[in-house]
Amino acid sequence: MLFGIEWNTASNLAFATSILPILLIGLITTLKATVVGFILAIVIGLVLAALKGAPLKVISYPAAFVIEFLRDTPLLIQLFFVFYVLPELTGIAIPAFVAGAVALGLQYSAYCAEVYRGGLEAVPWGQHEAIKALNLPSAYGFFHIILPQAIPRIIPALGNYLVSIMKDVPILSVVTVLEMMTIARIIGDRTYNYLVPLSMVGILYLILTLLASFLVRFIDMKLPKSGIPLK
Amino acid sequence: MDWIDYLGPMLDGAWITVKLTFYSTILGAVFSFLFGLGKLARHWYFKIPSVVYIEVFRGTSLLVQMFWLFYALPLVGDILGLNMRIPPVVAGVLALSANIGAYGAEVVRGAIQAVSKKQYEAATALNFTPKQTLWRIALPQAIPEMMPPFGNLAIQNLKDTALVSLITISDLAFVSERLRNLTQESAVIYTLALFMYFGMALVLAGMLKMLSQYVGTWRRAAGGK
Amino acid sequence: MSEPMIKFDKVTKKFGDHVVLKELEFEVQPNEMVTIIGPSGSGKSTILRILMTLEPINGGVVYVDGEPLWHEERDGKFVPASEQHLRKMRSKLGMVFQQFNLFPHMTVRRNLTEAPIRVLGLSKKEAVERADELLEMVGLSDQADKFPAQLSGGQQQRVGIARALAMRPKILLFDEPTSALDPELVGEVLQVIRKLAEQHEFTMLLVTHEIPFARQVSDRVCFIDGGSIVEQGPPDEILTEPKEERTKEFLHAVLHPDE
Repeated sequence: MLFGIEWNTASNLAFATSILPILLIGLITTLKATVVGFILAIVIGLVLAALKGAPLKVISYPAAFVIEFLRDTPLLIQLFFVFYVLPELTGIAIPAFVAGAVALGLQYSAYCAEVYRGGLEAVPWGQHEAIKALNLPSAYGFFHIILPQAIPRIIPALGNYLVSIMKDVPILSVVTVLEMMTIARIIGDRTYNYLVPLSMVGILYLILTLLASFLVRFIDMKLPKSGIPLK
Repeated sequence: MDWIDYLGPMLDGAWITVKLTFYSTILGAVFSFLFGLGKLARHWYFKIPSVVYIEVFRGTSLLVQMFWLFYALPLVGDILGLNMRIPPVVAGVLALSANIGAYGAEVVRGAIQAVSKKQYEAATALNFTPKQTLWRIALPQAIPEMMPPFGNLAIQNLKDTALVSLITISDLAFVSERLRNLTQESAVIYTLALFMYFGMALVLAGMLKMLSQYVGTWRRAAGGK
Repeated sequence: MSEPMIKFDKVTKKFGDHVVLKELEFEVQPNEMVTIIGPSGSGKSTILRILMTLEPINGGVVYVDGEPLWHEERDGKFVPASEQHLRKMRSKLGMVFQQFNLFPHMTVRRNLTEAPIRVLGLSKKEAVERADELLEMVGLSDQADKFPAQLSGGQQQRVGIARALAMRPKILLFDEPTSALDPELVGEVLQVIRKLAEQHEFTMLLVTHEIPFARQVSDRVCFIDGGSIVEQGPPDEILTEPKEERTKEFLHAVLHPDE
């Protein structure tokens, strides 16, 4: 029994049906971790991208280094670092969920920074020239001309990373965040039947991923390729 | 323990990581071509399994795949009456390869489809067979396109090897965790581990860049501007 | 002779090691219509881009309307221009691009009103009035609410011309305005340019390969090759009876490509 719900090991099918509600509770945690991790990733990624684009090398070089470092080191180790080392350094105990979300946010901030850069660079250079030729102020040009044209490319890419984050949530099980995979393992450890819980987690993930990918593709279709129209 | 003392066991673990990365990347590349081309095939018996493979291994979590191969597969074997207990290393490499293979398959497919349609038209006009067109015209032009995304996938794979520590393989991540349990010096150990992975990633990236340049020689010869 | 509207005084421009303009000396009188022709890489577009402040210069001084463009005068000496100075000078120029460079996410009308409102400080009402007048002039009044992607190349370029005109510049720069157009769409754009040339209200610099058109509308034609002016003069002179060998070769290659 877990979360007050009993499971029925009579047959594999009965087992599967009885643990489904338990797994769904884990699903909620999975989704929460995904969303929080994603929000951290897009925000930190934005900061890093902005710093990397700074004209001063004193700022842009370290930012580039941080991005590369976050991108090239495993999420698992980053998670251990946040969960074990940060509390030592700061003296504050960090709950497992927070550590997990922060680790996800850090790992994916590097990818998001790249998405921002790529999206902006894809805007044709002629647009920058038109802005200059018409004597529009650069800041205005950036927010009203360049950015609306970069967004249709940025949003689907970020959406794909949202899906990736969701698939990385099981890694949080190593610090015992109670997401789907942890629960499956607990059930497996207690009943010696790993096949049913793990397969169900796999299928649930497949469904989630397909739904999320479909959503991302839908948004991608809806976004006008030439830029967010300004009335 | 002084941090120097950690280096020995961690380097041993790192060597395992390197080997795992090597085998799984190569096997993954094989899967990528197999299923990437399979998805483009005209016959449904090649296409459907390829699509299923790609969607399943791209759509599920790598850790779930690894755990399933290690913990659940033996139970399938029990039902079928076969011994499907696979050693952790095999489960690890298989899961890593299958996972990177699925992403790689999409890269292969995309790169082949990105080869200009006009090339295919020229090949038809010169009466090449479909097989010749694929091997002599399409692939040579597609492969340089594939290298940058493959490079990213290889680095991703390197990072993913850390997960095998969770199915008891003594890679760098496993050793780090073991040392930490022993000495509680998390800061030193994990910082070391992070920098070792970073170093391996940079080396891998460098090697891939060289490979990418070798593969793309004919492209740079043309566009020298 | 009155003060030239544009003056290049020993202007040098390099891209890395490659010298595109070699101590160029070039003048354009107010309200003059000058066409610049020449082979690829001769520097003709570079001249326009330097004027539009899209490219800085490596040597010499560029004067626009009597004032230095890329320099400011301070204590009797020339120092590199500040962004403020560049903005001030830029307002005298307008440019029509080969690739149109319209803002794809804005309607035609908004493409025309954006800069007048933001930069010139026009009210929305005034800007829209001006935009509608210009759309009428270029023959696109019925396309005002469409997006650029819905227009043909020729229509887009006409919008590009209207957009430059909306800023009421003194100098209009046309950088190969029809080179990216399908042949049957070229005429509608040339018509608009001719109309402007006949008004004699702007100083116009046109870089183009359309030689017969250049002969009809220009006051002067310049042939540039290798970063300096080879010869220049009235269109009938240069285009029919060029004196220089290089000019003859170029014109022959452009007008009789199969020979």
